[in-house]
Amino acid sequence: MYGNAYIDPSLAPNKLTQDEDPIKLAEFEARIAAGDKIEPKDWMPTEYRKQLIRMIEQHAHSEIIGSLPEGTWITRAPGFRRKLALIAKVQDEVGHAQLLYSAAETLGKPREEMINDLISGKSKYSNVFNYPAITWADTAVIAWLIDAGAIVNQLANSKGSYGPYVRALDRICAEESFHLKYGHDNVVYLATGTPKQRQMVQEALTRWWPPIMHFFGPSDKISVHTETLMKWKVKMASNDDMRQTFLNMYVPKIWDLGLVLPDPNLKKNTETGLWEYTEPDWEEFKRVINGDGPCNAERLAVRRQAEEKGRWVRQALLSKDSRYVTPLV
Amino acid sequence: MKINSIDPRVNRSKIDPEKKFEEAKELDQWQTFEVFQQIKRGMHHQHVGCVHAPSPEIAFLFAKEQYARRGQCVNIWVVKSSDVFATEYEDADIFDSAPEKFHRDPSTYKVMDRIQAFKERQKS
Repeated sequence: MYGNAYIDPSLAPNKLTQDEDPIKLAEFEARIAAGDKIEPKDWMPTEYRKQLIRMIEQHAHSEIIGSLPEGTWITRAPGFRRKLALIAKVQDEVGHAQLLYSAAETLGKPREEMINDLISGKSKYSNVFNYPAITWADTAVIAWLIDAGAIVNQLANSKGSYGPYVRALDRICAEESFHLKYGHDNVVYLATGTPKQRQMVQEALTRWWPPIMHFFGPSDKISVHTETLMKWKVKMASNDDMRQTFLNMYVPKIWDLGLVLPDPNLKKNTETGLWEYTEPDWEEFKRVINGDGPCNAERLAVRRQAEEKGRWVRQALLSKDSRYVTPLV
Repeated sequence: MKINSIDPRVNRSKIDPEKKFEEAKELDQWQTFEVFQQIKRGMHHQHVGCVHAPSPEIAFLFAKEQYARRGQCVNIWVVKSSDVFATEYEDADIFDSAPEKFHRDPSTYKVMDRIQAFKERQKS
């Protein structure tokens, strides 16, 4: 979830390609323009590799940290069927992390380094998971709308140029469709239920709307770098375009249930066909992504403890003749 | 500092958020096994991805959870990634001559014209 490539705006205009062999670069770009996929052992520009590692790794961390707020509710899921479905969803998310870590590994970063960078805070994950799932209705809103956002993002990225990432995303997108249906089912059940249930889902939606609007990241200005990353099919759509796609698909479905979104300015401009909304609070976004959100410390501490407590088991099972090589994927 | 979670399991585990993490070292996550899955008897096994595991037995377990928790599967192979030998993409030109081998192509064997001509000659 949230795998958008981030481009440092202070980079010099040709920084992405300046040290590359022009002939190899031209062949590489021609291959991508022709719709070919790039495979792990192929020649690739240093920045292509770097941006992809960062993006896929961040995506993997988001899957694994994202399972924590929902996992909180497994023991208290209302009813056996929902408990089974939630366990299955959480297992899927952890499975997605495994697929994505492997895809990132093919670019040369071992899994241990990614885990270390997550726990030290060097590597980020999707900001939405730094917020708590306070009630059961929060998990319903997450499963429906956060996963819907993730699908918009992942479908775009699944048309990208890097073979292992694309293959992982194809599998992931297929599985996410169950999450979306399950989440929608839960939201509809509450929204069409008793006044108390309706209130519960309305409050959860109100709480989650700002993080949902943050989900795709701040507006990205079209720069030389954005153009290069789009030409390389690393970045597939602008943050604003994906946000528009999401709003267009889901706001009508939310309104259909008689639920209220906490933004009086939210409406579709019939002339431009685009959604208008109050600009999300990007200062809050920056503050939370840099560690100061309600759950950052808890998420990383829980993750760290899982690594620590499992370590002796992994060491006990490790055979002496083990040898790590980069996986094929 | 103490973590005050809405999840009672997190509170019970009394995690110290300040504790320093001892970094994971090489092979902490084991080696990888490539996974091949057969979805139906009679079909070829197909490569579907990899798993990190300490042994083939545990690789089977993880492969089942990772690649066979939905849909059909009747058989799985696992093989250490380090035991797979692959050609290089930069040598892909070794395959380029395949389409030139017209003598392997059944459609290049055209005998009907000759047979017709032969029959015509026989008649006259």
